[in-house]
Amino acid sequence: MNQQELIPHLFRTEFRKITAVLSKLMGIEHIETAEDIASDTFLSAVESWPYKGIPPNPTAWLYAVAKNKARNYIARNHIFDSKVVSEITQATAENEALAIDLSDKNIHDSQLQMLFAICHPSITIESQIGLALRILCGFGIDEIANAFLSNKETINKRLFRAKEKLRTENVPIEFPAEKEIQQRLEAVLRTLYLLFNEGYYSESQDTVLRNDLCLEAMRLTYLLIENESTNLSEVNALLSLMCFHASRFEARKNANGEIVLYQDQDENLWNKELIEKGVYYLHQASKGNHLSKYHLEASIAYWHTIKADSQEKWESILQLYNKLLVVEYSPIVALNRTFALSKVYSKAKAIIEAEKLKLTNNSYYFTLLGELYKESNPDKAKENFQEAYRLAKTQADKQVVLKQIDEL
Amino acid sequence: MDEYMLIFRNEDGGKVASPEQMQIWMKQTMDWIGGIAAQNKYVGGNGLVFENSKIVGHNGVVTNGPFGDIKETIGGYAIVRAESIEEAVEFAKGSPILQGEGNTMEVRKIAKG
Repeated sequence: MNQQELIPHLFRTEFRKITAVLSKLMGIEHIETAEDIASDTFLSAVESWPYKGIPPNPTAWLYAVAKNKARNYIARNHIFDSKVVSEITQATAENEALAIDLSDKNIHDSQLQMLFAICHPSITIESQIGLALRILCGFGIDEIANAFLSNKETINKRLFRAKEKLRTENVPIEFPAEKEIQQRLEAVLRTLYLLFNEGYYSESQDTVLRNDLCLEAMRLTYLLIENESTNLSEVNALLSLMCFHASRFEARKNANGEIVLYQDQDENLWNKELIEKGVYYLHQASKGNHLSKYHLEASIAYWHTIKADSQEKWESILQLYNKLLVVEYSPIVALNRTFALSKVYSKAKAIIEAEKLKLTNNSYYFTLLGELYKESNPDKAKENFQEAYRLAKTQADKQVVLKQIDEL
Repeated sequence: MDEYMLIFRNEDGGKVASPEQMQIWMKQTMDWIGGIAAQNKYVGGNGLVFENSKIVGHNGVVTNGPFGDIKETIGGYAIVRAESIEEAVEFAKGSPILQGEGNTMEVRKIAKG
């Protein structure tokens, strides 16, 4: 990795760790300071690395600089509310110097505790996701705006208000009480799910970065599983889902970075180890009575790991999509469900159902219609593919549609 | 958009279906609900258990029912979002309940709170 790639890459993986540890140390009221110190640390790297070269251990360098900056900040600004005073006094007594613990264990603990603090019921779920993306995932404001289909200004305002709220509520950075976990976990899982999707569906050509995002989401989910009180069935279901999706990483893009559709994928490129892990976590998830959307999505993803078509496969997938839509509607699930319906019954029946969806500003809607009309009415198929091409938001999507038109 | 309740009215709640038949109905019902949910117009619903139901009458008289004198009963309901009663009726037409002779679907707008 060259320097130009390395710093953004490290920003992705390390910014949130530094922020989490410092926030945990200083308390939720200093969350912005923690962010600033972490940002400053990267600024120092940008200023110094081009001249001095990349240090042998860039992460250790960042941690050392962050520690110094934090110590200086605390010394200079006397942010001595009672919490900081007691902790710092203790630390000083023990170590003679302010202990800023950037060990793996403390990073893990701080991040998980931070995750729960951010996903606090006093702020809206949108704010929770936004803050988590910013503070725990190191997302830029414009990336968050993109994910929310919103603009930078709105997101900035939302995050500012959310931080204010956490401050006035004096939300502790700690694990929630046993009886609160289930409810608070929901927001945490949603955030991790979105983080994974951001990596999986990102339009970026930077494969390393995309894979990183997915792996980070998986790692955070795994942290929840390692922790006894959060090792719940839906967490296992989510990790299972992520494993199944990640198993197709190699197969879903060709050498030119173009999307390879599921039915055209070379299953030899599917990662068997990840599929096995997915099966393992799905099995873990089936203990207990709770059926979350992650259970349904993981089960659908499981059926997709069996390449060969069978009536059983598509009937199972259709019923899972039916249930998933009842739990939570989304246009893409509605479209996928209609595709499964065509496999179970017929394309003719699926066309009737598809046309009721009226998702006329969604390019995938027209791709589906094109696919369904292919044999019975090639002209109509072409019309639909052309509309899909017009509406496609990314070059990669346009490419896929063009290929379909060529094949007609 | 208003919410409508689609009420499944079975002509004879006492009729016993075979497990295979029930399996098929279940699948058809799920496909029907899935089709409404795919349009983001499914709100909720449930089935009602026929077995061991009671009718409480005037003066608190309790009878086993409704399978004595009155056979007609309510088998369940689905709540949908629709632009009009006509659209709600279109949803109701797809219900597998209507495959049973004499069964009907009652479509009612839910009063706003």
